[in-house]
Amino acid sequence: MSSIAWFKLASPASFFPLARRLVPWFGAAAAVLATIGLWVGLLVAPTDAQQGDAYRIIFIHVPAAWMSMFIYLVMAFWCAVSLTFNTRLAAMLAQALAPTGAMFTFLALVTGAMWGRPAWGTYWAWDARMTSELILLFLYFGYMALRNAIDDPRRADRASAVLALVGVVNVPIIYFSVKWWNTLHQGASVSLTSAPTMAAPMLAGMLVMAFAAWFYAIAIVLLRVQAIIVEREKNANWIGDLVPRTR
Amino acid sequence: MKEGGLSAFLAMGGYGFYVWTSYLVAAIAVAVEIISVRARKRAAMKSVRKSGHRVSVPDDIQ
Repeated sequence: MSSIAWFKLASPASFFPLARRLVPWFGAAAAVLATIGLWVGLLVAPTDAQQGDAYRIIFIHVPAAWMSMFIYLVMAFWCAVSLTFNTRLAAMLAQALAPTGAMFTFLALVTGAMWGRPAWGTYWAWDARMTSELILLFLYFGYMALRNAIDDPRRADRASAVLALVGVVNVPIIYFSVKWWNTLHQGASVSLTSAPTMAAPMLAGMLVMAFAAWFYAIAIVLLRVQAIIVEREKNANWIGDLVPRTR
Repeated sequence: MKEGGLSAFLAMGGYGFYVWTSYLVAAIAVAVEIISVRARKRAAMKSVRKSGHRVSVPDDIQ
């Protein structure tokens, strides 16, 4: 274990080449999984007895909704690390996660509306699940806006980290909202504690799409963090080694 | 896709608009994100190059 120099990896200069090497692998894994997931979801999985083919939105909606919450937790984790240990890379990772988290939250809301209309007869209701998911989108926007409003990146790191950590209470509210309140939104599609209620190909398609979303998120965040590292470490000597010499 | 062919597949049992809007929005969102993040990295690298950054390695290396 001592051969892995964690503290060395925690410096942007050593993390940059690692991120650059990992992106194509995670990106390729995401593409392969998305192809399999779409094939299973659109062609193999049977039509649902109650919801017809409208349920096929689940293959986008559920992975997007899971990622919207999971990315927020990961972002809050790196914010906590950056506040505690004052590490630049942790703050950069949090900064890189926010736009992708917002993208998945947006997708969860839009695909939810597209499913709500045929299933409940309305695109939108101020129901606990939907309202708390909308608040999640505003938390991502607020985090990014606060960052952009502060010129000094280290101060922006600290202020936005505090905002992200305060907002983390919203995640369990989203997750448990269908249990705590009598919502229009249906209960959990998948439970770890009970036998699956969905047909096997439906469940398989959904899980494969969830893994595709997960690998995509890793790839795009590792790509964005490279841009952020270069933007923020512009004046560091090692950055010059990355770019071809100007003649 | 069992019976009915492509038109039945696209119709999605009458829910085609809702299903395909969801998939289309997702595809566009992912494409836009990939393009914009690539552009952001390229711009960041370019600005380093423009600033005439001093390279820390000697000339005989590379």
